[in-house]
Amino acid sequence: MRNVIEVTNISKKYKYGETKPYYTLRESILEFVSNPIKRIRGNSVLRKDEFWALKDVSFKVEEGQVLGVIGANGSGKSTLLKILSRITPPTKGEAKLLGRVASLLEVGTGFNQELTGRENIFLNGAILGMTQKEIKAKFDEIVDFSGVEKFLDTPVKRYSSGMYVRLAFAVAAHLNPEILLVDEVLAVGDNEFQKRSLNRMRQMVGEGRTVVFVSHNLNMVKAICNTGLFLLDGKNAMCGPVDKAISEYSKSNGVLPNFSNLTRVVSNASIDDNFKLINIRVYQGEKTLGPFYSDKSTYISIEFEVRKPIENLRLYIDVLDTAENLIFRSFNDMQSKSPSRYKPGRYLSTVEIFKDTFSPKDYIISVGVGIYNVRSFLRQNVRIPISVLWGGSLNIAYPNDTIRGLLSPNFTWITKDV
Amino acid sequence: MSRAVVIKAKPKWQLVNLRELFSFRELFYVFSWRDLKVRYKQTVLGAIWAILQPLFQTFIFTLFFGKIAMIPSGNLPYSLFVLIGLVFWGFFSNALTQSTNSLIENEGILKKVYFPRLILPLSKVVTTFVDFLISFILLIVVSFYLGYHPNPLVFFIVPIGVIITAVGASGAGLLLSAFNVKYRDVRHVLPFFIQMIIFLTPVIYPTTIMRPSFRSLMALNPMTGIIDATRVVFSGGTNVSWNILGISALSSLVIFFVGLYYFRSTERFFADIA
Repeated sequence: MRNVIEVTNISKKYKYGETKPYYTLRESILEFVSNPIKRIRGNSVLRKDEFWALKDVSFKVEEGQVLGVIGANGSGKSTLLKILSRITPPTKGEAKLLGRVASLLEVGTGFNQELTGRENIFLNGAILGMTQKEIKAKFDEIVDFSGVEKFLDTPVKRYSSGMYVRLAFAVAAHLNPEILLVDEVLAVGDNEFQKRSLNRMRQMVGEGRTVVFVSHNLNMVKAICNTGLFLLDGKNAMCGPVDKAISEYSKSNGVLPNFSNLTRVVSNASIDDNFKLINIRVYQGEKTLGPFYSDKSTYISIEFEVRKPIENLRLYIDVLDTAENLIFRSFNDMQSKSPSRYKPGRYLSTVEIFKDTFSPKDYIISVGVGIYNVRSFLRQNVRIPISVLWGGSLNIAYPNDTIRGLLSPNFTWITKDV
Repeated sequence: MSRAVVIKAKPKWQLVNLRELFSFRELFYVFSWRDLKVRYKQTVLGAIWAILQPLFQTFIFTLFFGKIAMIPSGNLPYSLFVLIGLVFWGFFSNALTQSTNSLIENEGILKKVYFPRLILPLSKVVTTFVDFLISFILLIVVSFYLGYHPNPLVFFIVPIGVIITAVGASGAGLLLSAFNVKYRDVRHVLPFFIQMIIFLTPVIYPTTIMRPSFRSLMALNPMTGIIDATRVVFSGGTNVSWNILGISALSSLVIFFVGLYYFRSTERFFADIA
């Protein structure tokens, strides 16, 4: 396969603290007078109020490949997409794109409140790069997809926000470029519509189109993309198979707290010398701290030291969703496989959360230690955020994680003739 | 594969990429169409405003400058005289104002989609041209109503005048719109600027009341030659001052290329600074 996107040493410099979106004339004159050296210096020199949003990023995308760009906030994902979309020029470097390019950095770009739904389809389509002929040919499909047929001749300012977004996505979903650059624009509308838009997205990807997809949603990236580009502080930290890129990203930061941080939290957690928390590990198989997959068991092991004998010591974990709702709590003495009286010494307590328990979602695991109704041994629970990815084969019936519950247990179903 | 896009830090500069501009012609129409559609949405009178505005202005100017201040108007009645000035002046000032604001008005699009940025200010000139056409019909009606039959030269002078006005307004609009992206001061200054240059343009007075030395200086204002020449042909005459018209044409070309140059050399950074 030949490369249809070739990016070579792309760098982009920005200024810190540009809180105002524009300059006033006075400021520019002042700056010009007070800083003549700036005009002489070259591009690659960084002044102290500047930073590299992207630094020497190179990669290639083959025809038909779907590249997911992942990385923490501020790692340069959006800047990269803006450069490839020719909205902003790079400070250094070069990029080559072969084919008709369409970029989708938001849905509904250029929608005009005063115009009707019908008029906006033509306006938005043209802005996104469709010809009027193409739009006419796909008009019925677009209307159908959006489901706003009855309101086609109503100004969009009278639309509900849901209708507005559906119409906007519908136009975008009927773009037909050879290269598609997409920022996280899919997470729009209600659940039912999200499901449809994700399906549509997968369909567009399936047509052999080359796609660059920027997203925070690792599950979506995993579902759609076959290659991954992991950006770390504006640099290409890894580019390769999507699973590998995701796992590199998960290891590095953002998704999980780094180990040193957790160690510090753990060592400061104990209140007194009677009980000393030593270490907490969250792992699947060999891997410590992720990435975690829903089809593997997750282990949480708590290492601690008891200095004076303690009766009725209890360890527990709370599993919370990101909205802080308790999903379940589990105690270490639930199955009497742990002692109820602890002599001085070191202990390791491990809990297995069975495979097919988690949904592909973010969770917080909160570890607590105490004597029931008497006291806690920790100043506060040790909280570990984890991100679970959809494991196993992709289930086409449930392509979108939003339709799953907080947990996805794999219950047994048997259906028989009776 | 239809085409290759090469993105560089410093691409080969060209004053205008006609081929690319041509390939985006549909977007140009669509922007013009949008502006025309939106302009008179939710108004009762709609496009009639394009007639009422110059009509009211003519009435007020005729009253104050024609009847009270007794400003001479040559061979034409003052009302027709000032209407000719206002029709062209309206075209110029509307085109300038709207193209100047076109980029910041469409900031959202500018930051999300690529297209040749020239399309935005230029499409505004096209939409204001439509208003010009409407008010020009008014001018014809008024002229015939007052019993003035323009010389056939009108078929030459008016199109030339339209081109000079459009080119001059586009040039100034390109310059100011690019400036406006970076310095929002422009938005505040422009109304004063336009009020000021109406007095440097022979809209409400004839150039004949100026000292001859000052007249040639005034010819640098592209509107001078056009308004003068149009008045001559509407009064049935043919003695158009071709020199002044030539200077106007030249000066509008200069303004256009200065504007285009500045616009093209700053447009790449619009999305960063807008």
